[in-house]
Order: sequence, then structure tokens, then C-alpha cells
Amino acid sequence: MIRLIGVLIVIAGFALRLDTIGVVLVAGIVTGLVGGLSVGEILTTLGTAFTTNRYMTLFLITLPVIGILERYGLREVAARAIRSIKAATAGRVMTIYMIVRELAAAFSLRLGGHVQFIRPLVYPMALGAAEVNFEEVDEETKELIKGHSAAAENYGNFFGQNVFIAAGGVLLIVGTLAELGVEVTAEQVSLASIPIAVIAFVATLIQNMLFDRKLAKRLAAKQAQAEN
Amino acid sequence: MVNTILEIMYVLCGLVCLATAYYSYVDTELKTRYGTVAFWVLLAFTFVAGPHVPPAIIGAVVVLMGVLTATKQVNIASLMNSTDAFREEHSLKLGNQLFIPALTIAVVAFIVGQFTDLGGLVGLGFGAIIATIIAMVMTKASVKYIPYDGSRLLQQVGAVAILPQLLAALGALFAAAGVGQVIAEGISGILPQGNILAGVIAYCVGMALFTMIMGNAFAAFAVITAGIGIPFVYSQGANPWIAGALALTAGYCGTLMTPMAANFNIVPAAILETKNRNRVIISQVPVAIAMLIVHIILMYFWAF
Repeated sequence: MIRLIGVLIVIAGFALRLDTIGVVLVAGIVTGLVGGLSVGEILTTLGTAFTTNRYMTLFLITLPVIGILERYGLREVAARAIRSIKAATAGRVMTIYMIVRELAAAFSLRLGGHVQFIRPLVYPMALGAAEVNFEEVDEETKELIKGHSAAAENYGNFFGQNVFIAAGGVLLIVGTLAELGVEVTAEQVSLASIPIAVIAFVATLIQNMLFDRKLAKRLAAKQAQAEN
Repeated sequence: MVNTILEIMYVLCGLVCLATAYYSYVDTELKTRYGTVAFWVLLAFTFVAGPHVPPAIIGAVVVLMGVLTATKQVNIASLMNSTDAFREEHSLKLGNQLFIPALTIAVVAFIVGQFTDLGGLVGLGFGAIIATIIAMVMTKASVKYIPYDGSRLLQQVGAVAILPQLLAALGALFAAAGVGQVIAEGISGILPQGNILAGVIAYCVGMALFTMIMGNAFAAFAVITAGIGIPFVYSQGANPWIAGALALTAGYCGTLMTPMAANFNIVPAAILETKNRNRVIISQVPVAIAMLIVHIILMYFWAF
């Protein structure tokens, strides 16, 4: 049982928001000690695994080009493309953003973000669509549109990223399984991630369609009430 | 051949780290600049020297890097993006062709991974190099921006860039200490032996729950795969790449439902000024639960 102390340290450390790298290292070292490894063996295990898993951090090689593209307005071009979307309802704005975000993630483009896209673009566009359709949009509806807009970013990001062959998650799966004696390749894992990406899009589509319907019902009821 | 090419690419990664160390060093405003410089130099060392020195030395270097981050010695130097006006002007001039280099990385990585024996990682490196060349020709940017903007983005990612690598190392230590066996023994008391469906449910739900507690699916993957995945799913004959891919995204279903993943759920609520700080989570819960059920069904029928 005492060997589980490392798991406990990871849970407690992450829950308390302590320094992530420090927590992981302390958990590893303590686990090694209670598991009967010597300090030398712990350092050797740590160093060997760190070196064989260097490929997980290979994305560093892509940072200069992305940085230069950002310098020349990559985000601005993407924002313009999203702004040009003509969608009639709040739900459709959010669904279209989700699929764009998901495709970008599948191509390893970090072109999303709540700060960069949801707050300045997607939420105002979804709200705008609702205002065109229903004239008056109450505070509670605005709150719901905010929640669903932010969710669209997370859905696209989470379920799209592993389609990219060298995504952090894909390489983590390959590396962790290899440490446990199971051999898989990054190509296999990224291909196996496609169905969930498609299903996540369908789930988003359904949620936003239901949301549009709910909005129409609720605001129609409100308008009828106001007229009486 | 593949290994030689990869080693060259790791040297390039090391150079990005060294550039980051340099720009931290020249930033005299940065209070913790010596700690920050030390961190990036040490990381560069592990990239370049990794296979050429005794592993224990790399282990010690990694511990030293942990001491630096735990004592808050690693911080962000001020590297500037171009001005709003500059970006606006050039984004209008260059337009959608700015996407070409960005897409090149993924397309080359896919083609090399799929149609040659070199693998996707070498493809990623080739893609990055070709994309950089295209971008330089297209923008006519000064060459100094290659290290500068690379460092700028690496600083934004920060020290946690090494987290996946570190978690894999944690997994190795867990394996060496037999943590997986202990969890497996504990769970085997509850889980019916040899029941594939029970194993699949325990693996997917375990990933989601652990991710909710820790706020981090990567960390959960190392622990839950060793403790539940290996004895109850992989050892029963699951297709490992399908089960692995699904397990991690099952964890992401947990990410959608936890305030512990603050940067995805709580910070956006604050940015959007919602009345309820859990608004984003509330929106996500129905989809997250539906997706988790889909994961269980898919793993049960597709991986076996």
C-alpha cells in the first residue's frame, strides 16, 4: 500500500496547485525510495526515461516558424476568416467555430483560445445572431451563450488535437505504453483518434441544435407574454 | 538512419532552448534571470547530451530543473510580438497564404509518417524546417526572428513544456517500483476477473475521475494505464493503439467537468464575465457524459 504514496503526492500536489514539475519529481523519487530503489537507480531510471522520451518535446522545432507567422498576422487572418462566417443562429456560430477549431487542432495549429477567439469573436457573433433573431436577449440567455461558446473551444481543442501525428497526447500515449512494455506507433494512435473527433463534432452539433430550439421556445414565450 | 536524423533534430530543439536562455540572459529586467537561464541551458543539455552521458547524470539534471521551478526561479523574459498595426497591415497583404507554412508542418509530417520508413517524428522535423523556409521567403522576415520568435513562444509555453516527458519518466519510476501491481491488486478485489466490459468501464471512468481530481489527463494516463489499463484491458487482448487513444480522450471528458482544469473552465468563465463561475462546466457536462459513454462503447466493440 505504501507504494501508492506517489499517486497520493501527485493528486494532492496537483489539487493544491503546487509547482507541477516539482510535484511530479517528488512523487517519482518518493515512490522509488519506498519501492526499494537506491538513489542511483532512481536517477538512472529518471534519466533514461527522460532521454528516450525526448521526442515528446520535439514540437520545440516548430515554434520558430509559428512565431514568425504570428508576427506577420496569422491570428488576424484566422480571425478575419471566422468573422466572415454567415450563420443564422447562435448555435450554428458555435458549431462552425468548433469544427474550424477541431480541424486546426488536427493540423497542429494552435489557432484557438478563449482569450484570442471566444471573447472577442465567437461570443459576440453568437450573441449577435441571437439578437437578430429575437430582438431582445435576456441576461440568463447571454449567460448560456457564454457557457456554450467557451465549451465549443474546449470540444474542438480536446477531441481534435490527437489526430495530429506528433500531438503531445499522442506521443504521451506511445511513450507511456512503451514504458509499460506495450509497443504502438504515433501513426496508429493518431488514426485511432479520428472516430472520437468526428463523434465529438456530432455531439457538439446536437447540443447546439437543441440550444437553438430552447432559445426559440423561451424567447417566443417571453415575447408572447409581453404582448398580452 | 532514423536515429541519426532524430538526434540532429534534438540538437535543433536544444538550440531553441539555448536561444531562450540567451534572451532571458539579456533581459536585465527579469529578476530571476539566472535561474531562468540555468533552466533552459539544462534542458538544452538533456536534448543534446542525453544519449552520450550516463543516464544518472541526466536524472540529476532533471531534478535540478525541478528545484529551479519549485523555487520559482524560472520566469518569462519579455519578448515582444510585432505591433497590432504591423500585424494588421501584413495580414491584409499576405492574406490566407499565411496558412500555407502552418499547414505544411502537418502535411509533411503525415506524408513522411505514412509513406516512408522514417516515421512521423522525422516528418514533423522535416515539416518544421520546410515550413520555416517557406515562411522566411514569404514574409522576408529578418533571420534573427527565427531564434527570437521561437524563444518567445517557448517562453509562453514555459517550463511545463517538459511535462509530458517528465510524466513518462514518472511512469517508468512507478513501473520500477511496482505501483501498477498494487493498484491492480486492490482493484482486482472489486473487478470481476476476465470480464472485458468491467475492465473497459473501469479504465475509461477511472481516467475521467482521476483527471477530474488532478485536473490533468496526462498525469492520470500514466497512473491509470499502469494500474487499470495494463491488467484489465491490454492484457485481455485489447488493440493497444485503439485502447490508448480512447483512454486519453476519456480523460478529456473528465477535464470538461472539473474546476481543477482552471485554465480551460474557470479562467474562460472569468474572461467572459459569467455570473456563475462554473458556467462553462455546466454547459459541458451533458456532452462530457455522453462522450464518456461513447468511449466505453467504442473501446468495448472496436478495441476487442
